[in-house]
Amino acid sequence: MTLKPTDLTRRGALKGLGAAATLPLWTRYAGAQSAEPIKIGFQVHRTGIGAAYGRWYDRTTQAAVAMINEAGGINGRPVEIIAEDDGTDAKRGAEVIEKFATQHNCDIAYGTLFSHVVIGSAPRAGELKLPYFVVSEGHHVASGMLNRYTLQPGITDVKSQVQAMAPFITDQLGKKVTMIFPDYGFGYDHRDNLVPAIEANGGEVIELIAIPPTETSFTKYFPKIPRETEVLYHVMVGPAVLTFVKELGEFFGPQAPEIFGFIDSLEAVNIGSPGLEFLEGTYFWEGMCRHAQPDQSEFETLYREKVGVDDRGASLADPKDVSTYAHMFGCWETLNVIKAGMEASGYSGPSDRAALIEAVEAMTDMPEGVEHPQGPKLFNGKTHQVFGQQYISQVQDGVLTRVHTTSIEDGMYPDEVDYTTQSF
Amino acid sequence: MELGPYLVLATLEGAVMAAVLALTACGLSLVFGVMRVVNVAHGEFFMLGAVFAWWIASHIGGAPAWGFVAALILAPLIVGAIAAAADMTVLRRIDYDPERTIVATIGLLYILQQATLMTYGPDARPVEAPFNTRIAIPWVEWTEAGWALYWPWGVATTSYKMFVIAAAVAVLAGLWGLMTRTRIGLLMRATQLDRDMALAFGIPVERVYALVFGLGAGLAALAAVLIVPIQQAHYLMGHDPLLLSFIVVIIGGLGSLPGTILAAILIGLTDSLVSVFFSPTLAKILATLLVALVLVFRPQGLFGSRAS
Repeated sequence: MTLKPTDLTRRGALKGLGAAATLPLWTRYAGAQSAEPIKIGFQVHRTGIGAAYGRWYDRTTQAAVAMINEAGGINGRPVEIIAEDDGTDAKRGAEVIEKFATQHNCDIAYGTLFSHVVIGSAPRAGELKLPYFVVSEGHHVASGMLNRYTLQPGITDVKSQVQAMAPFITDQLGKKVTMIFPDYGFGYDHRDNLVPAIEANGGEVIELIAIPPTETSFTKYFPKIPRETEVLYHVMVGPAVLTFVKELGEFFGPQAPEIFGFIDSLEAVNIGSPGLEFLEGTYFWEGMCRHAQPDQSEFETLYREKVGVDDRGASLADPKDVSTYAHMFGCWETLNVIKAGMEASGYSGPSDRAALIEAVEAMTDMPEGVEHPQGPKLFNGKTHQVFGQQYISQVQDGVLTRVHTTSIEDGMYPDEVDYTTQSF
Repeated sequence: MELGPYLVLATLEGAVMAAVLALTACGLSLVFGVMRVVNVAHGEFFMLGAVFAWWIASHIGGAPAWGFVAALILAPLIVGAIAAAADMTVLRRIDYDPERTIVATIGLLYILQQATLMTYGPDARPVEAPFNTRIAIPWVEWTEAGWALYWPWGVATTSYKMFVIAAAVAVLAGLWGLMTRTRIGLLMRATQLDRDMALAFGIPVERVYALVFGLGAGLAALAAVLIVPIQQAHYLMGHDPLLLSFIVVIIGGLGSLPGTILAAILIGLTDSLVSVFFSPTLAKILATLLVALVLVFRPQGLFGSRAS
């Protein structure tokens, strides 16, 4: 966007120069028409069942924004994060979106993970015409359930993940699968997509066990696991995930079937915790490998350093504080997509919100790099969903060791929606 | 799913739940029985017990057993002291007026919960069990028929869960001894029977009240210390124990300790059996339905008496 010549008077230009001179801090953003910060409303799970994710999403966000600002901000303007706690609650999530739009005058909203919060907030973001960049991995974006203002450009969705995992499960581990999943939106994405994916690969899901994410005691659910189970597929979230996995080990003892889990069941939990020894030899999906692999890219090394995470995926300040490493890269990558989108559209203020969304929709290839340390990605502008590689790790001597990397194509599926046909 | 082995598993799981529930609910019942105070903040004292257990265990080095033993002794004392202080500073000032104590304890609930959130944080943190060996449960009657051989996994408990049950039984026996065999128990029972008469006989009723409120909260805290190596300390963990304690106390009869214990066993076992064989949601529905039935047909509870 350029200024029309008539807008620029000599007096105005002098005033602008004078203002710039009195504010040396802003001189590095001198190229911008306005040095006002770009305000990104960050919907964060500070409290409630998603607090561990929230803490690490926050740290990753701060690290990414610090790096963007060091490099000159977006369009010459600094980025300011306005964080609001959504309590991992859908109703509060929608209120937070409203606050961003009306009270804080944010340019966009960004950041949340838990699918019920996304599903509760997205309609309000659409009504307020506030671009809403989610880092949720739910299938709700690509399924067409939401609206043109909601995008997920930084993390792959569950349908894609599950579809990429299914061949490994049926080929390497076994054909008869029992799945345990959390009893809400995110878990339903797993349920609805795993069953057809396993069947398509010649396997069979013989039992589905749903557990509420607020549950604290799990042994009572396990007798429903049929004895002919060859593979136990588990994915669990909430504050009691450690109890869940521990009780799973106590239930099976030495005679467990093959176990394939989504690392969600152990995000923010030290895999060396007492009671988790039985996980040795079991497999996990990882969005990004928590434990540094021997062939770690230079981009990931930089990413770990900037976020403050050691080679075991724990905080540099406190080795007991384990990160949500398989998910939080999504914040870093989403912020870089926002930056790229704002630069491509020449974003200057809320009137350019539609242009920003169109610019992101026009994106396709996202090569691996500092902006995308998790790996290369392919964005689908029609479904507002990004596709990328998935990793399968095996616990070997207490280390999550990557044993398989799926291709981007493994996770692709036909479009279920074309958001670009919706009006703004 | 085979019936026999899982009946045993469900019973053991139910017994652990009943043990913890009995301790928590006895605290609630005691406070109501002696003081006529419906303590809505009871679940938060439970939560505080777990949080202090984590704090104490993480500050004591050496083997995990030392931290746990220290927590088992100190956490209930600290929580009891906090509760006694709350009694003296809040409940006494509003003269134990039934309506106002409910509102005051609701306030206390939020103060404790949010203070924990602000200091301890929103994370779930584990306390390591002093010992935790998996005990596979033999099913001798069925081995001849070959059933157990076909079942490769599942029916097991842990030594720590057995300890929880034993510890709860010991504490409840101690509580019974305290109430029936000691002078302080006599004072509590006297205060429960007739506050004014007790006062007339020179019983320091206010001190008895502070002690009872502290004891009630301490029992909840003790239950939480026992459960925290199995579950984890979290600032929202007080909800379920509060709800279940009320269910137990209403069924058992407010103020009746034997009734409370019996109801805790009833609720713990049915919850576990229904959860294992049907669904955990159905178990909650049944428990709540039972409360409704008790309230309709026997409002004083199974063991309560109308007069008290």
